[in-house]
Amino acid sequence: MSRELIIHSSGPGVTVQDMGRPGYLGFGLSRGGAADRMALLEGAALLGQWADCAALEMAGMGGTFEAGEDMVIALTGAPMKASIDGARIAWNASHALPQGARLSIGAVEQGSYGYLHLAGGIDTPELLGARGTHLAAGLGRALKAGDRLPVGPPARGAAANLTLPVSPRFAGGTVRVVPSLQTEVFPPEEIARFEATAFTRDTRGNRMGVRLVSPDKGFGTDSGLSILSEVIIPGDIQVTGDGTPFVLLTECQTTGGYPRIGSVLPYDLPIVAQAQAGVPLRFRFITLEEGVQIARREQARAEGLRKLRRPLIRDPRHMADLISYQLISGVTAGHDMEKADT
Amino acid sequence: MPCNEVGVMPKDASWPSLRTAGFDGFLVSFARSLSEPANRAALAFRAAVEQAGWAGVHETSTSLVSTYLRFDPLWETHDEMRARLAKLIDTRDWFDAPLPEGRRLWRIPTVYGTDLAPQLGEAAKMAGLSEAAAIASLSETRVRVQTIGFAPGQPYLGELPADWDIPRQSELTARVPVGALTVAIRQIVLFSVTAPTGWRHVGQTAIRLFQPEAEHPFVLRPGDEVIFPATTPEALSNMRDAGPMGGAEAEALK
Repeated sequence: MSRELIIHSSGPGVTVQDMGRPGYLGFGLSRGGAADRMALLEGAALLGQWADCAALEMAGMGGTFEAGEDMVIALTGAPMKASIDGARIAWNASHALPQGARLSIGAVEQGSYGYLHLAGGIDTPELLGARGTHLAAGLGRALKAGDRLPVGPPARGAAANLTLPVSPRFAGGTVRVVPSLQTEVFPPEEIARFEATAFTRDTRGNRMGVRLVSPDKGFGTDSGLSILSEVIIPGDIQVTGDGTPFVLLTECQTTGGYPRIGSVLPYDLPIVAQAQAGVPLRFRFITLEEGVQIARREQARAEGLRKLRRPLIRDPRHMADLISYQLISGVTAGHDMEKADT
Repeated sequence: MPCNEVGVMPKDASWPSLRTAGFDGFLVSFARSLSEPANRAALAFRAAVEQAGWAGVHETSTSLVSTYLRFDPLWETHDEMRARLAKLIDTRDWFDAPLPEGRRLWRIPTVYGTDLAPQLGEAAKMAGLSEAAAIASLSETRVRVQTIGFAPGQPYLGELPADWDIPRQSELTARVPVGALTVAIRQIVLFSVTAPTGWRHVGQTAIRLFQPEAEHPFVLRPGDEVIFPATTPEALSNMRDAGPMGGAEAEALK
């Protein structure tokens, strides 16, 4: 018996993630960390622990996992089909994962990045002050079958069978943008056209950024290709030489020479990160003052997340075999649950 | 030699400029285009912000001619932070600030052209030079690390002779390898990672600029100077096998 998570199989983009490593921007290393920070906050709230606990980020596809001892887990972010020993379990909820049980997490049903949190957090050694994998920088790597991840001691009161209402962010929508350094490089009519354009997220995209496509022509400035390279921050909307906008995400480069038409408000960045290819996205400029008001609301919401936890009420239609459940504790009876999800 | 030129900054009321950068940042820029004094000013201003130790400031960095600062707008308002920065800007003439202490001169062996660096011919043509003249120019010019950015430990170096004022390409090259030496707008970028880029790939080195497990993970620092002497593919291959420094050597700059 050991406090570790055993990976039996894994999708191609399963990584350890946390809130990233601030402080290295001047060395060219972007902060990195979870593509959807809100999902980390939600997972931490469900498990009653700090939001800097590292979790598994699963891009598009999960994997099969086993706990080395009894653990409590939580699932947040893009909903994925998940089961423990064959019995479907709810997303945005905490669950008991008994020692030896198989946790299976399949493909995303909506959105891009799902998260598996463990009470106590993943306790891999820190590298440059954090645990988050930074694929672009070559810090850490995607997980593969046979990996074993140490898990920290759980916080007191980490409880299974709690759920949390989540802010919807998995199907695109309107994203708020503040003006930034180079917004003025774009003529006002181009900015108006940018706001009026119905974009979709292109198939090209990863933790560094996502490309936007529209049936319309590209967005341009004459000076675009010769402006000086300048600092880039996650959320910046960079317009490359052919007029295509890219929204830069958590693992973006730290400087770049293509002009930025605006910068996505940090609280709306999960909407962009979570958008699957083909999902509609629109952009609306707001003022910094409006941004501050939104930040106040979001901070208050994040601080109050734990209070929103509710007991998980199971949907009998998703129970493989109702009789075999111990309905009081919510832990399954055992091996007889290994059958297909209904 | 360009990096020893004493630049003269035109007196212009609009510099330094102070702008917001995204929702939670400010950028203090010292020029519209790259100049040696503006680059020094940005480095010195960042050091001053760090030294000030303002609460609510999360992170600072420099780009070529600018200092960036990220802060918590709920701790201090944008107006308050703007006022703080404006006051600091007024404390001195940043353009005559000295370069950072502890600078070094590096020699990083480079293969120009061949299939290791396929865009030498194209870039030389844009610069109006024969390939031989292009190699001579790039391998003899001593350039300075103006900033580290884009990727971990990755330098922007300059300034190259005026021939090299060529634009970036509008389409991205899908990927250049670690150690790629690329050029545009009188600058060199030496890649620390494999990445897509709009800069033209004219040389290849064997140095790993980001060594996360090493005592000093980032090899180069702003202010360091670099020469890229020409070498052969065979010699480079041996230097690559010998370790992550790829045959690079450093000496202290007085």
